[in-house]
Amino acid sequence: MHNSLDPRQRTQSNMAYLRSILRSGKNAVPAVLRREFHRTLQAAMQVTVRDAIKEAMDEELERDERVFLLGEEVALFEGAYKVTRGLWKKYGDKRIIDTPIAEIGFTGIAVGAAMAGLRPVVEYMSFNFSMQSVDHIINSAAKTYYMSGGLQPVSIVFRGPNGAAPGVAAQHAQCFAAWYGHVPGLKVVSPWSAEDAKGLLKSAIRDDNPVVFLENEIMYGVPFEMSEESQSKDFLIPIGKAKIERKGNHVTLVSHSHVVSRCMDAAAVLAKDGIECEVINLRTIRPMDMEAIETSVLKTKHLITVEGGWPQFGVGGEILARIMEGPGFGYLNAPAVRVTGVDIPMPYAKLLEENTLPQIKDIVFSVKKMLNV
Amino acid sequence: MRKMLTIISNVLRGSASRNGARLVVSARTYADFTPQASFDIKNCDVHKLEEGPPLQAVLTREEGLQYYRTMQTIRRMELKADQLYKQKIIRGFCHLYDGQEACAVGIEAGIKRSDHLITAYRAHGYTYTRGGTVREIMAELTGRRGGIAKGKGGSMHMYTKHFYGGNGIVGAQVPLGAGVALACKYLGKNELCVCLYGDGAANQGQIFETYNMASLWKLPCIFICENNQYGMGTSVERAAASTDYYKRGDFIPGLRVDGMDVLCVREATKFAAEHCKSGKGPILMELLTYRYHGHSMSDPGVSYRTREEIQEVRSKSDPITLLKDRMLSNNMVSVEELKEIDVEVRKEIEDAAQFATTDPEPPLEELCNHIFYNEPPMKVRGISPWIKLKSVS
Repeated sequence: MHNSLDPRQRTQSNMAYLRSILRSGKNAVPAVLRREFHRTLQAAMQVTVRDAIKEAMDEELERDERVFLLGEEVALFEGAYKVTRGLWKKYGDKRIIDTPIAEIGFTGIAVGAAMAGLRPVVEYMSFNFSMQSVDHIINSAAKTYYMSGGLQPVSIVFRGPNGAAPGVAAQHAQCFAAWYGHVPGLKVVSPWSAEDAKGLLKSAIRDDNPVVFLENEIMYGVPFEMSEESQSKDFLIPIGKAKIERKGNHVTLVSHSHVVSRCMDAAAVLAKDGIECEVINLRTIRPMDMEAIETSVLKTKHLITVEGGWPQFGVGGEILARIMEGPGFGYLNAPAVRVTGVDIPMPYAKLLEENTLPQIKDIVFSVKKMLNV
Repeated sequence: MRKMLTIISNVLRGSASRNGARLVVSARTYADFTPQASFDIKNCDVHKLEEGPPLQAVLTREEGLQYYRTMQTIRRMELKADQLYKQKIIRGFCHLYDGQEACAVGIEAGIKRSDHLITAYRAHGYTYTRGGTVREIMAELTGRRGGIAKGKGGSMHMYTKHFYGGNGIVGAQVPLGAGVALACKYLGKNELCVCLYGDGAANQGQIFETYNMASLWKLPCIFICENNQYGMGTSVERAAASTDYYKRGDFIPGLRVDGMDVLCVREATKFAAEHCKSGKGPILMELLTYRYHGHSMSDPGVSYRTREEIQEVRSKSDPITLLKDRMLSNNMVSVEELKEIDVEVRKEIEDAAQFATTDPEPPLEELCNHIFYNEPPMKVRGISPWIKLKSVS
C-alpha cells in the first residue's frame, strides 16, 4: 500500500485501511479504491450511491446557506445508513439537525421552515416512516402553492431509502413510488446509479418545489463509474427525463431504482439468446418521461414495465394506461405487461422474500413469453 | 368654555353629517377626550413562571379607536359572510370568528408586523389583522378572481406576508409554525412566530411533538390555544383529560388569559413576545374566548350548548362592548364617534360584499396554474386523454 511512508505512518495508514474495510463491510474495495483515487482525481472514478448522495448534499450545503438537513440520527450518528457521514462535523448543529423520533412533528417543522424561506432536506430513516408525516408532505407541502394562488411556494426535499431491503419484513419494505407519484404538486424522483443520485439530488435541492427523493438501501453500497463531468459541483440531471441505460431493438424494459440492476442483468442473459432489450431507467416517477418510453416502443414494439412495488395502482399500471391512451398503443405488437412485486406484504424468510420481488429469471421469462420464444 | 366648544362642535358635526361630509373630530380631541387611561385587567394564571403580565394596561385614544374599528370590521365581515353563505354565494366550509375578535386584535397589538403568525381554519379575522383587505377576503370566500388567493383556496387557505394561513388540517399548523420560528432563529432575524390552535386541536399528537422540539431547540414561538370551550360539537370536558390547556406544554411555561378583553390579550402577548425574543424559547398562552356561531356554517351551534349560554356571553362579555364601555366611561370617545365608525365599517363591508358578488370567477384558462413555482410552462392531463391543459407557474 503506502511503501514510501515510514514504519509508524505505514502502520497508521494500514490501520485506517483496515478500519475502512470493517466499516464499509462488503463494499470495502470501492471505499479503499476511492482513497487511492482521491489523490489522482480527474479521471472517471468509482463512487458508491451512498457517497454520491452525500457529495450532492455537501455541495449544496456549501453553495446555499439556506439549505439544511434534518432527520433522525443524521448528525452525531452520521446517518442510520451512514449517508450523511462527515456532514455534521463539517457544518455543525445549525445546519445538520438531529431530531427526536417524531416524524409528523419534524416534517411539519421542516415544511414551515420552507414556507419561511429556508430550503430543508428531510431524511426519513425509511420511507415507511414517512406515512406518519404524509399529511404534511401532501397537504402542507404539495398543495400549498396551488391553494394560495401562487403566494406561498414550498422548497423542500424529502429523502430516504424506499422499497425493499433484505430481511426487513413487511413494515419496512414498502415502495411508495405510486403513492407519492399520485399527487399533483409533488415531484417524485427515483435514482438508480451514483450519477443519478448525485445529479438528481442536486436538482431536487435546487428545485423550488416539494420533491420526494426515493433512494434504495440495496443500492447504497453499489459502486458506479462517475464520469468526469459528473464530478463537477454544478453537475445536474434534469428532473423528469429518463435515461436509456442499454439500447436494444426487441423489447423495451422500463424500470426505476434498484430493479434497473435486475433489468440490466436480465438483458445480458437474454442477449446470449439474441434478444436485445432496451432498458429505460425512469429516473423520475413524476413527471414521468413518457416521450422516452414512446420513442422506444416505436422502435421495439414490445413493452414490459418492471418494478419492485405492488401491482395494483402502481407505476407500471400508470405507464400502461398512458401507452393505451397515447400513440404508443398503435406500435405495440403485443399487449404491454407489468412485472411487479407479488401482491402481498413482504415476508421475512429468505426463500419467500426472493420469490416476492422480480428476479432476473422472472424478467427473462416475461420477455420470452411476450416474444413467444 | 369646554361646554361651549362641545356645543359648537355638536352643531358643526350635525350640519356636516347632513351635508354628507365627514367631519374630522379632531376639533374635540385635544379639548374634550381623555388621551389615555389605565385599566385594571384580569390576573393571568401562570404555569412554570415566576410572574405574569402586568395587572394594568394603558390604552390611548388612538389605540382604542383602532382596536374598536378593527374588531367591528371583523365582526361585521363575519356576519356578512354568514348572510352570503345562507344565500349560497359562499360554499363549502365557512368557520366564523365572531365573538373571538379580541384575540386576533390583541395578539396583533402585542407583536410586530414583521413577526409571523399561523392559525387553523377560523382564519378570516387573522387574515385581516395580518394585512388582508376585506375586499380580497370576501372575494376569496365567494371564489372570485379578486380573492386573496385568486379564488383557488377559499375560506381556509388565505395567505398574506408573514401569515401562513388558514390551514385545513386540525393541528397541522402547529409544527408548521414552529418551523417558521426555526427559520426566524436560523436567519438571525429576531422575529417570532405565533402558532394558534383551538381547544379541539390541543389533543393532537403532533402538537406535543412540536412542544418537545420547540423547547429542545429554543425556538422563538408563542403557542396560543384559543379555547372557545367547544371543539366542533364536543365541549372541553368531554374531549380533554386536562382542560388546563396552558399547562399542557408541561416543560413550556404557560399563562391563561381572558380572551374577551383585548387589553388582557395584548399585555399577555407582549409578555410572551419578550419571553421568546430574550432567547428563553417557546411559551404557551391559553385564551379563554367564545364563538357565537356554531363550529361552521353547517352547525347551528345549539345542539351542544344552550341559547341562554350564548346570550349570556353576548350580554356580559362581548369583546367589542367591553372596549366600548371602557372608552365611554372614561370619556375617551363619544357615542357619536363610535357610531360613525360603525357606519364607515358597514359601508366598507357592503362595498366588499358588492365586489365579492360581482367580480367574475377565475378564468378557466388558469385552472392548472400554480402547480409549481419557478417552473417553465407545462402540460397537465385533463379530464380525458384528448385534453391537455396548460399550466404556468
